[in-house]
Amino acid sequence: MMSKLIAATSTFEGPAIQWFKISPILALLGGALLLILVGSLTPQWKRGWYATASVVTATTAAVLTGVLWNQMSDDKSSTLVGGAISFDHFSLFATFAICVAVVLVSLVANDYLVREGEDGPEVYGLMLTAAIGGVVMASANDLLVLFLGLETLSLSFYLLTASNRRRMQSGEAGLKYFILGGFASAFFLYGVALLFGASGTTNLQSMATVFSTEVNISGSNGLLLAGIALMLVGFAFKVSLVPFHVWTPDVYQGAPTPVTALMGSVGKVAAFSALIRVFMIALPSRIDDWRPAILVLALLTLVVGSLLAVVQTDVKRMLAYSSISHAGFILVGLEAAAHIGHADSHLGISSAMGYLFIYSILVIGTFAVVSVVAGAGDAATSLDAFKGLGKKRPVLALGMTVLLLAQAGVPLTSGFVAKFGIIRAAVSVESYALAVAAMLAAVIAAFLYLRIMVSMWLSDPADDAPVVVSKSVGLAITLAVVATLLIGILPGLLLGVSQTIGF
Amino acid sequence: MNALIVVPTSTWYLLLSAVLFTIGTVGVLVRRNPLVMFMCIELMLNAVNLTFVTLGRRLNDINGQAIVFFVLVVAAAEVVVGLGIIVAIMRRRSGITVDDLAELKG
Repeated sequence: MMSKLIAATSTFEGPAIQWFKISPILALLGGALLLILVGSLTPQWKRGWYATASVVTATTAAVLTGVLWNQMSDDKSSTLVGGAISFDHFSLFATFAICVAVVLVSLVANDYLVREGEDGPEVYGLMLTAAIGGVVMASANDLLVLFLGLETLSLSFYLLTASNRRRMQSGEAGLKYFILGGFASAFFLYGVALLFGASGTTNLQSMATVFSTEVNISGSNGLLLAGIALMLVGFAFKVSLVPFHVWTPDVYQGAPTPVTALMGSVGKVAAFSALIRVFMIALPSRIDDWRPAILVLALLTLVVGSLLAVVQTDVKRMLAYSSISHAGFILVGLEAAAHIGHADSHLGISSAMGYLFIYSILVIGTFAVVSVVAGAGDAATSLDAFKGLGKKRPVLALGMTVLLLAQAGVPLTSGFVAKFGIIRAAVSVESYALAVAAMLAAVIAAFLYLRIMVSMWLSDPADDAPVVVSKSVGLAITLAVVATLLIGILPGLLLGVSQTIGF
Repeated sequence: MNALIVVPTSTWYLLLSAVLFTIGTVGVLVRRNPLVMFMCIELMLNAVNLTFVTLGRRLNDINGQAIVFFVLVVAAAEVVVGLGIIVAIMRRRSGITVDDLAELKG
């Protein structure tokens, strides 16, 4: 028996691995290992060096992604590592968005950690592992690989959320996130198990083949529907769709502000990419079963997210609810993409991905300003803390105004491009109810952003506590504002790229 | 006599794992001690493992059992992270329940 096994292993051939095509993941992994291993064995590095290592790693990964993107134009999308990872424009775009987000968040985190006196390699290492998880999720072609990516991302986020040991709120948020995140992961995994039972595979493409050829196998149908439902619940928790959003405000408020920015950017990009890929690739033959669910979730998320955002008094909570409302917009894109067979259904995926990219830059810029204003201990995050920012720090307040206007979707900012793309996609597939709901939600949410702006410009400062803007966070905010205006004025820059995304 | 011996089919195991998963779910929702809630999540994950093994057996597919190893590793990693967070909080306050964790609300 044993000798048979050994004989079997000696003839075992692993799948061919095209190393260069997974180089963005490898680059991130290298950076993460360097920071965690070398960082913990060597004495404290000079100020800013940990952040520099993280920025260099993520930039390298982004550049590699760009190179791969250029090569893509001549060869078609394929799968790597024995069908576990897919290699297409969709996954490369998501990878690029995640790398850009990590670069910006590293700059913000540098300022935060130095200010809190907690500069060290752990936070950056965990950010990079979160990015690896995100990239794996966004490019997984197998539900099991997707689950592993999801857990890599989530476990890093739990630790990052609880990483400030001096603040009780950080630990509380970490525990809440951990319990609810683990709960959601279990639902997701149960969904994977049932889909495996219904199809006999976890590979997305094989699953699609099975489901399209054997439409109504008795017995498997129940497994399939329950599997779709459970997986959707798991995803809905992760991307915080109403009514699975209850953890979001608490976690966004309690987590260190740069970590909140990372959750709003990397977390959203990864989870939404995975959601779109699974439903569009593995389950297109069951669209009549899941599209209504997506429609209802999108409606609820848009309306409830915007309404609850308006009544908050803490800026981080406001932005958490606003991120829920933004998630509703992205879901409208998925709903539009789900009108398979309609001539314009391809607009759905590209507009959703464009929205994710634009939103992740906006959310990092906004939380960078919140981090600066909150000051030592992340203490001052109430709306009052923003009073008179226009008098104290006019340039900073101007940057924040641009970012908030963009989140509200004002023309000449990137937010308008994003919202226009989504609503156009919804209208062109005749999904009018959602398009109207999305516009209404945008109007309601605009009130919230105006509240912050009014507080910044029209009130006198409540105190004369100085607002310190260090170089690194200043650079992050500047980059975010420039990108916001650039995409807003020249939308072709992004649309030319995002239009090619599809399956 | 033989008529009384019932051979359990794979459906029995699927039902058992569904029941275990439900117990875990209800446990997370009604219990207030973070450690117990955490144990309930582990119960949910193990219920899924049982589902995977049963389905692997039913489909005659070894992948069903191979997946369980991945899930076990993930669950172990989750224990490390979760207990780390719980210990970090318990050090500051003893005898905590999730109801005491109410600094964040609005």
